Amino acid sequence: MLTRRVTLALGVALAMSTSALAQETVKIGVILPYSGPFADAANQLQAGIDLYIAKHGDTVAGKKIELIKKDTGGPNADTAQRAAQELVVRDGADIIAGFALTPEALGAAPVAEEAQKLMVVMNAATSNVTEQSEYIVRTGVTIPQVNYALGKWAFEEGGVKQAYTLVSDYGPGHDAEKSFSAGFTEAGGKMLGSDRTPVANPDFSAFVQRVKDANPEAVYIFVPGGAQPAAIGKALADRGLNPPATKIFAQGELTHPEALESMGENARGIITTFHYTLERDDPLNKEFVDGYTAANNGRQPDLFSIGGYDGMHLIYEALKKTNGDASGDALLEAAKGMSWDSPRGPMSIDPETRDVVQTVYIREVQEVDGKLQNVVIHEIPNVKDPLH
Amino acid sequence: MTDTTFTQATARGWLRSQSRWSPFEIIFWLALLLPFFLFPTYLPLASQIAIAALFALSVDLILGYAGIITLGHAMFFGLGAYCAALLGKAGWGEPISGLLLSGLFAGIIGFIASFIIVRVQHLALLMITLGLGLLTQELANALTWLTGGTDGLRIPRTWPIFNYFRFDLWGYTGYGYTLAVLFICFLLSRRIVNSSFGLALRGVRENIKRMPAIGSAYQSHQQKIYAISAAMAGMAGALLAQTTSTVTLEVLSFNRSADVVVMLILGGTGRLYGAIVGAIIFLIARDQLAGVNPQYWYFWIGLLLMVVVLFMPKGILGFVSRLAGRRD
Repeated sequence: MLTRRVTLALGVALAMSTSALAQETVKIGVILPYSGPFADAANQLQAGIDLYIAKHGDTVAGKKIELIKKDTGGPNADTAQRAAQELVVRDGADIIAGFALTPEALGAAPVAEEAQKLMVVMNAATSNVTEQSEYIVRTGVTIPQVNYALGKWAFEEGGVKQAYTLVSDYGPGHDAEKSFSAGFTEAGGKMLGSDRTPVANPDFSAFVQRVKDANPEAVYIFVPGGAQPAAIGKALADRGLNPPATKIFAQGELTHPEALESMGENARGIITTFHYTLERDDPLNKEFVDGYTAANNGRQPDLFSIGGYDGMHLIYEALKKTNGDASGDALLEAAKGMSWDSPRGPMSIDPETRDVVQTVYIREVQEVDGKLQNVVIHEIPNVKDPLH
Repeated sequence: MTDTTFTQATARGWLRSQSRWSPFEIIFWLALLLPFFLFPTYLPLASQIAIAALFALSVDLILGYAGIITLGHAMFFGLGAYCAALLGKAGWGEPISGLLLSGLFAGIIGFIASFIIVRVQHLALLMITLGLGLLTQELANALTWLTGGTDGLRIPRTWPIFNYFRFDLWGYTGYGYTLAVLFICFLLSRRIVNSSFGLALRGVRENIKRMPAIGSAYQSHQQKIYAISAAMAGMAGALLAQTTSTVTLEVLSFNRSADVVVMLILGGTGRLYGAIVGAIIFLIARDQLAGVNPQYWYFWIGLLLMVVVLFMPKGILGFVSRLAGRRD
């Protein structure tokens, strides 16, 4: 009889404690293009999130972290908006996060604004994303941030007086072209010309010939990942447009380790600008890369992974500051001005614009131990987005 | 020998008998009101279903009734969406006039395009519609200053309907609005397909060579229905832009054109309810499957499509009506 009562009491206590625990969760809705052409980006970003949770536990300030994933299938603003709406009204999410692509962030922004939830943009890299709502904080990168800095550096430190740009004809390409040119000309450089190539372009030879005819000291290129880095590297080398005679500038994705493999020798000497360098010698970075590759079958982290990882860091630290209060306003206050050491280097959140402030690395592809890799040749600390 | 002449009076009577409302239809439309009471947290999904159903309805008019196969109808959906978005951005957020203007715009473009459409058939028609769709998307991508390019456009919140019903976070207004527009367009389509014009369209679908032989100007029939369908697709696009306050290049994508054909095949072409049922099944399946597995849900959609095509060649509604023992 006694044992029966004890088990009953135990059962009741257990039920109560689990229900108490259930109230003590913080739900994070993650909106990403899990299916479709950008699925790989979503998986890399998700792996960054997962690694952070695996490392730091799934409990913060006494609250259990629960992720709810929503697929957008690609750059679909309407699906992202519905996902955000459902996360808030149906799933009771406290924070919405993710956003690999700009249209996703633009779609979800009105929901974050109306529901007053913290929205952590972990990648979407168009400058104006953070202007869409007071509740948006970005932990990734913006295209103008790294390219404006590169343009400035190219004239002031790189010793280049005139340059040419060749970018893919779509939003990110236009942004990159604009911000590189702005940084370069404001510093005193001269643009000889600019060309745009179709987004899915297999052959660059005609474009590269035009660049060669202008005879620039340097050419800035921006193409989407996949087969294109190798194609443009080959076209440039075929026409004799390669370092050291002509400097080649680009954004970091162009010489990401996987792209480097396909470009081979043609990559040597290319100078890129980025906020995260896989090979950067730093204990935090080493720990991050080792943990990441171990958890993902040897796959190396990229810009999406680091954006997700730091996005989770921001959420965890903000929750610690508010003692577990997950209301949008409290978290936002905690996030503004927050600064920390990330595997990418020191970074912070601008209290005014809620955008990421970080070190921009200028890297050159050099041979290290018989293997081509990105070597940091210059660091520009505390770079803000120049357009805000 | 008195009943061998098929008089005009009996023809009209036959058409009228076709357009009579059955109790099933009334129940069906009443059931579409259920989400307000039973699933209030699913209203955003419900309004997207209503939008997809309207789009599918517009494609059914040309594909199911007039035999114009298309893989590029998202062109008109997107044109309507961008039209509504640009109106909103220019400061005109009144929903109903915005909707009608967008429909009119898409309809005019549809009428212009119809001059090419009626000159080709079969595979060539597929290629032409596909090409027009892709060209429109590329045009929108090139006009970044106007359309926002790959980043898309964010538009100010649409004004309240009748200056009273505000577009709320829960989506009550959104669903009420889209459902009302769907119902009105459905009534219109129903009137069209059950008219002598609709009958002529079916004749075109069944045998395009015989129509001129009986003195029917099939090309002008096709042009008319194509423009009407384009206007309806444009209105669906405008609804999407108005209820979500955003528009991206995706509204013009090949995927959207293809998805709507999949919905029609699932539901059953050549019957108006097929479009609506197809949209409901496709979007609910997608929502539920993507919830279970955000990465690989397309596999199950593919499987569903194969099962339907193999075992229910006339779509789910065709299967149901065969089970019920009714002939088409």
